[in-house]
Amino acid sequence: MDLVLKIWRQKDAEDKGKMVAYNVTDISEHMSFLEMLDVLNEQLVSSGEEPVAFDHDCREGICGMCSLYINGEAHGPDRGVTTCQLHMRMFNDGDTIFIEPFRAKAFPVIKDLVVDRSAFDRIQQAGGYISVNTSGNTQDANAIPIPKPDADEAMDAATCIGCGACVATCKNSSAMLFVGAKVSQYALLPQGKVEAKDRVMNMVNQMDKEGFGNCTNTGACEVECPKGISLTTIARMNREYLSASVTED
Amino acid sequence: MSKLDSKIPKGPIKDKWTTYKDKIDLVNPANKRHIDVIVVGTGLAGGSAAATLAELGYNVKAFCYQDSPRRAHSIAAQGGINAAKNYQGDGDSVYRLFYDTVKGGDYRSREANVHRLAEVSTNIIDQCVAQGVPFAREYGGLLDNRSFGGVLVSRTFYAKGQTGQQLLLGAYSAMNRQIARGKIEMFNRHEMLDVVLVDGKARGIIARNLVTGEIERHSAHAVVIASGGYGNVYFLSTNAMGSNVTASWKIHKKGAYFANPCYTQIHPTCIPRSGDYQSKLTLMSESLRNDGRIWVPKNMDDVQAIRSGKLKPTEITEENRDYYLERRYPAFGNLVPRDVASRAAKERCDAGYGVNETGEAVYLDFGAAIERYGSEQAKLKGLVNASKEEITSLGEKVVEAKYGNLFQMYEKIVAENPYKTPMMIYPATHYTMGGVWVDYNLMTTIPGCYAIGEANFSDHGANRLGASALMQGLADGYFVLPYTIGDYLSDDIRTGKIPTDTPEFEEAEKNVTDRINQLVNNKGTKTVDYFHKRLGKVMWDKVGMSRNTKGLEEAIEEIQSIRAEFWSDVLVPGRADGMNTELEKAGRVADFLELGELFAKDALDRNESCGGHFREESVELDGEQKGEAKRDDKNYAYVSAWEYTGEPKDAILHKEELEFKDIELKQRSYK
Repeated sequence: MDLVLKIWRQKDAEDKGKMVAYNVTDISEHMSFLEMLDVLNEQLVSSGEEPVAFDHDCREGICGMCSLYINGEAHGPDRGVTTCQLHMRMFNDGDTIFIEPFRAKAFPVIKDLVVDRSAFDRIQQAGGYISVNTSGNTQDANAIPIPKPDADEAMDAATCIGCGACVATCKNSSAMLFVGAKVSQYALLPQGKVEAKDRVMNMVNQMDKEGFGNCTNTGACEVECPKGISLTTIARMNREYLSASVTED
Repeated sequence: MSKLDSKIPKGPIKDKWTTYKDKIDLVNPANKRHIDVIVVGTGLAGGSAAATLAELGYNVKAFCYQDSPRRAHSIAAQGGINAAKNYQGDGDSVYRLFYDTVKGGDYRSREANVHRLAEVSTNIIDQCVAQGVPFAREYGGLLDNRSFGGVLVSRTFYAKGQTGQQLLLGAYSAMNRQIARGKIEMFNRHEMLDVVLVDGKARGIIARNLVTGEIERHSAHAVVIASGGYGNVYFLSTNAMGSNVTASWKIHKKGAYFANPCYTQIHPTCIPRSGDYQSKLTLMSESLRNDGRIWVPKNMDDVQAIRSGKLKPTEITEENRDYYLERRYPAFGNLVPRDVASRAAKERCDAGYGVNETGEAVYLDFGAAIERYGSEQAKLKGLVNASKEEITSLGEKVVEAKYGNLFQMYEKIVAENPYKTPMMIYPATHYTMGGVWVDYNLMTTIPGCYAIGEANFSDHGANRLGASALMQGLADGYFVLPYTIGDYLSDDIRTGKIPTDTPEFEEAEKNVTDRINQLVNNKGTKTVDYFHKRLGKVMWDKVGMSRNTKGLEEAIEEIQSIRAEFWSDVLVPGRADGMNTELEKAGRVADFLELGELFAKDALDRNESCGGHFREESVELDGEQKGEAKRDDKNYAYVSAWEYTGEPKDAILHKEELEFKDIELKQRSYK
């Protein structure tokens, strides 16, 4: 198929940036979206132009590095996938495709389609861990039985890949789904209970400090999340936060 | 004189690690505050090492090329992690895990290292559970296990098909705790481009800030390389796009020996390639072989009909299917080790039985498992006369609970429903057992420079068993390196901060800058990928699953000429002083073009078949094992450690003789 791509080009963080149109031809429906961009970049490089910079790494939907806002949707039109798992069979010959970076105040553009998501790291550093030393002198793994439904639910929350689609898609640029997922994982497990109060307070405070917006329960994040993280994680975080705030020392 | 001293502690194998730990020098907590350690790479090995070293009190600087340490490619590991917990009571033990790993590695790994790995394996599970890693559990609330290839027990712990992700996020969370305390200084989007030696010791690195293009000097008392494997030398592999050999190759060029480069794992269950545009291959976890049966049609007519779309695989009756692994290896069946399964798939496809257009695909079929689980569920639910549809639907639910995310991944890529029609799979490059040579302390031949995880060579011999990479990465990072590095650093308590305004740093920085300028100013006519694809094709065709003298000799020459052409004609647009993704790729491919040649040279030297390294000249000619790979213990029971002397072709071979005192050398039989 032949396509027109309208892509956000921005030289660096200071540059104003603009949409630029490119044509690609002979695109196979079996290609992934990023392979289609590879084709474009090979064209650009061959003619001595700078390729379009975009983040990507594992190309199997798990590292969370790829992003892209495609035709107004985070990770494009398919559901339950990252951009690297999106395939060209979702598009038609002659389509014009708009490709933009994830946009949020807390995700400044570095170049073209590459954004800085280190705010996510800083939220995790504020409390996204259990304070246990890694020396191996812990109790036997089977010493604490965990009900299977709890373990499974914790796992569902833990599958968040930290891509930022929830933020990009939210009209408030809220990071509540991302933070809710981590808070929920630990809240559901006995190991996480000890520091539960501090964790939720610190992570939420850091989230606010980074400039993410609040949640208005629209639920767009849940729809666009490539890993299907549930909105209930936000509810659980709110409950944890509330109970932590009223019982604070 | 060879510098190869493996430093294996004396004494019985069961006591080596314990005795070693009792005797080594320690650094007191006050002094640790004055010692810096650089860790390059933040996967399971690097992430766990950085966290633990920081927790012990060292000042850690960690580097990764991704935008966050959480994205390292360990995250993509699917199936699980082995540990000799024997929770299933099925006869597992530290010794058995040790034995399985040495045997699975086709007797080309170092016994003492493997035993230590098996010993600490149980700690890893305890540690990860304490960190909140949500491993799969049984209804009683205890941890669940599954089986992997090449073993007869269930010792694999897992978190759905995302075990690597969960373990990496565990290590990442441990890192975050230390970053918050200021004990780890994290450098995201940084790439190490050289190691700096002062008085022969590793004392720092030169790194490029991938956002600003700035070349930076970082000093430390020791440097740890945890940058993973070099599977991307094949261009197509299951590695991440950015996975590279650069850090390992740079230390190799500064004096670290590179061991067994030809030991590469071609994983049997990957989604087959579909076209020239393809940028990577996707793994389907080995855990699928617990329940999936591998087959091709028995009759050539059926193969033709399938390829032309006239016949569906589900229409082929049982008696017309060739479950070739079950046929050839009745004892292990579909759970033979990876190298064996891969070669068997290639054998069938080379014989013309491949089931897709390219002729390079076999089926992985869940029909039998779905029926078996369905019937079991029907019984549990008391459905006496369940219909076939009901049973199928119940069975599909069980399979979905176990492998749902893998099935979804397959469906998204191939656009076929693997619950209804068998998956198509074919082998692909996945893991590299070879790597930087290290001694028992995990130190390379450069004093103060360590290599851990996939980047080193030590534990998997010529073939790695499934679910052992995660085990090794975390063992090295959490439990081995933090001890062994202390023994070295105990001599550095009076050294003080290493200055970076010295001639050594200056020279290293200049070399890095010169090379970058050369790439950017070359203004040739061909893209980086053009050369990378050509290299990959030579590697796959001539240094892939099956190797021979003629092909290897040709490969060496061809790689040399591709490399020469690369340097004269590569085109890297843009500038060096800012984000430049083509420049990053160019630097990595330049190193692959050197490694590839050493890889072929090593494969040529090793005129035996062992593990993932299959030489057509070395096969069993008769008996029960006819046609199987033939190892040659008399002439090749050594580790090949290559010393760099200027060009890959001039590399000098040093041999570390392998001694097997606790395990009898036998032909690996999975029949």
